[in-house]
Amino acid sequence: MDTMRDRLAPVLSRLLDEDPRVAVVLAEIGKDGFAEALRRHPDRVINVGIREQLLVGAGAGLALTGMRPVLHTFASFLVERPFEQVKLDLGHQGVGAVLVSAAASYDWPAGGYTHMAPGDVTLLDTLDGWTVHVPGHPDEAGTLLRHAVAAGDDKVYVRLSLQSNAQGRPVDGGRFLPVREGRSGVVVAVGPLLDTVLTATEGLDVTVLYATTVRPFDAAALRRATAEAGADVVLVEPYLAGTSTAAANDALADVPHRVLGLGVGRAELRRYGQAAEHTAAHGLDARSLRERISGFLGGSTAA
Amino acid sequence: MTITEESGRVHGYADLSRLMGLMTGDEKHGPAATSTLDVLWVLYDRVLRVRPERPEDPERDRFLLSKGHGPMAYYAVLAAKGFVPVEWLARFGAYDSPLGHHPDRTLVPGVEIGSGSLGHGLPIAVGTALGLRAQGLRRPRVWTLVGDAELDEGSNHEAIAYAGPTGLENLHAVVVDNSSASHARTGGIAARFEAAGWSAATVDGRDHTALYAAFTAPHPGRPHVVVARVEPKNS
Repeated sequence: MDTMRDRLAPVLSRLLDEDPRVAVVLAEIGKDGFAEALRRHPDRVINVGIREQLLVGAGAGLALTGMRPVLHTFASFLVERPFEQVKLDLGHQGVGAVLVSAAASYDWPAGGYTHMAPGDVTLLDTLDGWTVHVPGHPDEAGTLLRHAVAAGDDKVYVRLSLQSNAQGRPVDGGRFLPVREGRSGVVVAVGPLLDTVLTATEGLDVTVLYATTVRPFDAAALRRATAEAGADVVLVEPYLAGTSTAAANDALADVPHRVLGLGVGRAELRRYGQAAEHTAAHGLDARSLRERISGFLGGSTAA
Repeated sequence: MTITEESGRVHGYADLSRLMGLMTGDEKHGPAATSTLDVLWVLYDRVLRVRPERPEDPERDRFLLSKGHGPMAYYAVLAAKGFVPVEWLARFGAYDSPLGHHPDRTLVPGVEIGSGSLGHGLPIAVGTALGLRAQGLRRPRVWTLVGDAELDEGSNHEAIAYAGPTGLENLHAVVVDNSSASHARTGGIAARFEAAGWSAATVDGRDHTALYAAFTAPHPGRPHVVVARVEPKNS
């Protein structure tokens, strides 16, 4: 199967053809896929070199002239390194852009911690007005990229990963999708963790919601689900554990509820190897998830 | 002498000191107290094609004040040129004043970027120049004003090193050099731009004729920097 990132250049190349407002800004990483688009649109496919402050600053300048910039590099260098540019050049200037990251959590485990940014969504949560898409399949990545570019002058973050579910689902760029219905708890599975969550909760009497757009957080969907399945909520996120715990708490502020936030741990593992090994180390494999979800929900959920 | 009219009032260079005084409360505020005053005046009076009645004109020149610190001279020039009402000046820095100690583009007519954190204007100016070029807008020029100590910030060097080799001709920078950088070499500012392929001129930042000549010097195929030297900050 191809990856989400394999879809990036084809989708954006088409959008460059269709919409004269669109400009793609790169910092070396990912430029090969845009060779043909660069030939067709030499003024709208821009590689600034290994200069990530300029990547975001130049994107903001493009937006100030009325364009729709799409910025892409690894999450560490798109959100963390130039964070002040994200905060000021986009937010404070009052302009928008689409930020498309790759390799955020541990897509390249052998690359080590310098190329991991599990805190990317948490960082964006400190800023106002960001939409965050976390596709779980290459087809969904294509859909959500098109949503992001079409979203006026909004600030949108699209988090692409090498990890993927087996099949894409009809995501709409906003709502959580109910995938399984139960009566004894709600599990929110984000992006590429859905398949693992479905395996982990097999036979448990829980509702599973599938989230690919996590900001804004679909509070209405969570409230609807908890009305049927009770207000014990488990969030399973492919980035920093607990990232959406506050959002879930806010969604359920007027009802007694419990929230367990699962995801990537804060502590640096200092391990290389394969993604599956990191998934297990963070307790995000199906067996660990089942144990933690069952433990939180209590024995009553066992079928 | 060039003058401008706004709300029936006429302002020239000689009025700037009084306009700045409205913000600082200092009646005897002299031009020498602000390093950027003459550069800003010559740009707004004779170089920039901007009009207060058409602040969103796609064909306008863009002036990005990167060095947002000490914006009194900037506000005074904007008031003199009719972008902001003179009545706003007296409430400089107040809670509900549009005029803060660092400018905010969303609050002040004619202000192209909010600034204050150093090192943001030049990269944004690069993107602005790219955006105008991509839309076939060949006429507008992009200017950004940075301070000599502001060039300490590495983000500027990302922009300088990109704009030169890519021949971003519609990009212009003016560095107001009041020797405020703690670690600097004589002639180092122009040399760094030139090494990256920029056209560069170094002039007396108080000499209006010299500034105008440097601002309007041709620089085909290259971005252009003017280093405007003024009296040292701590002299």
